[in-house]
Amino acid sequence: MLHIVNKSPYERNSLESCLRLATNGSAVLLIEDGIYGATKGGSFEGKVQAAMAGVKIYVLGPDLSARGMADRVIDGVNVVDYGGFVDLVAEHSNCQSWL
Amino acid sequence: MFTSSEDMDTDEGGVIKQFMFVNRKAPYGTIYALEGLEVVLISAAFEQDVSMAFIDDGVYELKKAQDTKAIEQKNFSPTYRALEGYDIEKLYVEKESLEARGLTEADLLVDVIVLDRAEMAAKMAEQDVLISF
Repeated sequence: MLHIVNKSPYERNSLESCLRLATNGSAVLLIEDGIYGATKGGSFEGKVQAAMAGVKIYVLGPDLSARGMADRVIDGVNVVDYGGFVDLVAEHSNCQSWL
Repeated sequence: MFTSSEDMDTDEGGVIKQFMFVNRKAPYGTIYALEGLEVVLISAAFEQDVSMAFIDDGVYELKKAQDTKAIEQKNFSPTYRALEGYDIEKLYVEKESLEARGLTEADLLVDVIVLDRAEMAAKMAEQDVLISF
């Protein structure tokens, strides 16, 4: 399963719900305002760090750059471009968008 | 220090009110941040006592190094630096909102006044008009 989250974890609980319900071995892609969940130093970082034990976290590079956050991605989070986004969708048999 | 409506001049009998624009949304994901900024610029024409407050995800609007080329949207962040030219110089940022997001004043692209939660609450309470984005 590929989970896609596009909301800031500091504004909505989409990422929190996603991480609660994502099964081991699934992937989580953070896009748009969701990219703030992949950034260092904030109060949500610990939850993402903990989740990385069971799921792979990806973040969309263009959305990081737009928001000035490209240089503060949590270690171990994979930055992908639009091509990588397509690859993730193609690699997984199903996907869930958390609105 | 800060002016209040009582000690400001009135212009041809018109009362100058304190307007605060409250920004709580991150840029680009929704249209709120850009629309809020445009309304603030329009408000400058009415010669009111205008300030902006940045709380919650609104602090992300002021993050340095925004580069929107790859998402093909307009990077409107330099406009915050132009506000000074419209006499909009009171940009209040809540300290707790910065801290929760791992940001500091040095991460912001414009000079701001950092207020703690109690100071922000007081600043909001003294306004005549608050407009939220």
